[in-house]
Amino acid sequence: MTTVAMPKPARKRSVVATTLLLLGAAYCLLPVLWVLIASSKSAGELFSTFTLAPSTHLWDNLVDLNAYRDGLYWRWMANTALYAGVGAAVSTLISAMAGYALAKFDFRGKSLAFNVILAGVLVPGVILAIPQYLLLAKVGMTNTYWAVLLPSFISPYGIYLARIFAAAAVPTEILEASRIDGAGDWRTFGRVVLPMMRTGLVTVFLFQFVAIWNNFMLPYIMLGDDRLYPITVGLNGLLNQGANQPAMYTAVVTGALVSIVPLIALFLALQRYWQVDLAAGGVKA
Amino acid sequence: MSLIIDKPAAPVRQSAARPPRARTRRSGTPYAFLAPALVLFTLFLAAPIVYAGYLSLRKVQVKGLGLGAASRTEVWAGLSNYARSLTDPDFLPSVWRVGAYGLIVVPAMLGLALLMALLLDASRTRESISKFARIAIFLPYAVPAVVASLLWGFLYLPRVSPITDLFEAAGITAPNLLSSDLTLWAVANIAIWGGTGFNMIVIYTALRAVPTSLYESARIDGASEVAIAWRIKIPIVMPSLVMTFVFSLIATLQVFAEPMTLRPLANTISTTWTPLMKVYRDAFTRNDIYAAAATSVIIALATFLLSFGFLKLVGRRAFNQED
Repeated sequence: MTTVAMPKPARKRSVVATTLLLLGAAYCLLPVLWVLIASSKSAGELFSTFTLAPSTHLWDNLVDLNAYRDGLYWRWMANTALYAGVGAAVSTLISAMAGYALAKFDFRGKSLAFNVILAGVLVPGVILAIPQYLLLAKVGMTNTYWAVLLPSFISPYGIYLARIFAAAAVPTEILEASRIDGAGDWRTFGRVVLPMMRTGLVTVFLFQFVAIWNNFMLPYIMLGDDRLYPITVGLNGLLNQGANQPAMYTAVVTGALVSIVPLIALFLALQRYWQVDLAAGGVKA
Repeated sequence: MSLIIDKPAAPVRQSAARPPRARTRRSGTPYAFLAPALVLFTLFLAAPIVYAGYLSLRKVQVKGLGLGAASRTEVWAGLSNYARSLTDPDFLPSVWRVGAYGLIVVPAMLGLALLMALLLDASRTRESISKFARIAIFLPYAVPAVVASLLWGFLYLPRVSPITDLFEAAGITAPNLLSSDLTLWAVANIAIWGGTGFNMIVIYTALRAVPTSLYESARIDGASEVAIAWRIKIPIVMPSLVMTFVFSLIATLQVFAEPMTLRPLANTISTTWTPLMKVYRDAFTRNDIYAAAATSVIIALATFLLSFGFLKLVGRRAFNQED
């Protein structure tokens, strides 16, 4: 740790900084390390052996998890991927169109539309959840995939970011050139605007993808049929069952481990898109 | 409010030859692009808000014996639902609890995020360690609040907790982290664990946008890293801190997933532990959507007042509107 040749005060400073950073990293990794170890334990060992002592039952636990009600767990994972993937993709497209219109056109009602969307960024979800449920119940859409998908299609923050990306990344001269070449508005949008906004739109997509993947309250309220559950609601239900049948705890712990693998992989793969300046809205990729 | 893009773009010289505002033709194009967003915004944001406000002013009146659907009619209730919510014996304790929770979570989470961001920024030379720390601290953002609560919940259980082992090894009776005194801290820790990394990345990104020349001279003059951080770096990232503060505040006041998940493990968490849990109980356990709507409106108004009040206090607009 102290092998780099540096002036003395700098080295001391660096040791303190490094130690603090590593402590922070250890704090953040502790629960992940625990779930990795705990999912290798049998139901009996979970509460009896030393917490951080690994065991050999990971495969058995995965087999049990897989067998739980004919693979219901995998259905939850697939549902989550569907909610997050489709929800974020549609939301990104809608945000891109709205952001482009707000950044590159002059029209009546533009500042009103923008201010209303901005206010939407600060709306706390609490005031939406129950009336959304009641309104969807009126049209018979609760307890369907649509009940979770439709509300996630609109993201005021995504529109706000898309507007900044469109303003920064799409030069007006190029839009003019495309129009002079005879391309229609939609063709210009699809062939010129979207590719230019690509980096920013990946960020919008990721924000919305993680928000939907991690969401609990909306699906918890909207869904009654456990075959439609996303993983968060499913695991919450499994944990509640564990209170009566402690054997379920092994499934809960193994399920928790498997559920975080895809998102962590996505994070590591797409790290650079997370460099977001919230205040300025720009991506420093 | 932005330090990065508040300069007006330098005028492009060739544009003098071309009319500067070429896109003023009247057409439906921008409306067509904006239409899906506006339709969804109306259906899933505006309409629910209006509906919540409407429901909060309504109540069910039961006629006769109250049997059959026809005997139950909805009538105007004035502000009686609000009075009922505010005087509900479960409501005020949940508000104080979430207030205390916010006082723990927001400063601790943003303080840690700022500290880690400054440390990452100061130790740019130690590439491998700072890269590892950055990824490790950001990792919890990938873990849903439900799963985070589940992992920490097990780590809090006296029979599992390594913290218990640690205390016992030292010969001290271990505290029960899920006892009524400590539950608030236990839930706060989950939120801090889950939120620090994301806020750290936001602040760190803002720090990296600062040209090093700004503090090179201070460093040559012998200013300490702490002084540079305090006098130069923190003021520069203030806009990011303000935004992370507002977003954290909004999220904190709506805490729901963490206590809902911890409940099966900790009998100290009641069904009305936070205001949002009370909204859920009123709406779905008691089928009293009117009280639930009134409580939602109260929480939303309080959130708005706090976030706008804060932005006003620090003299900033919520967002950079002219870019």
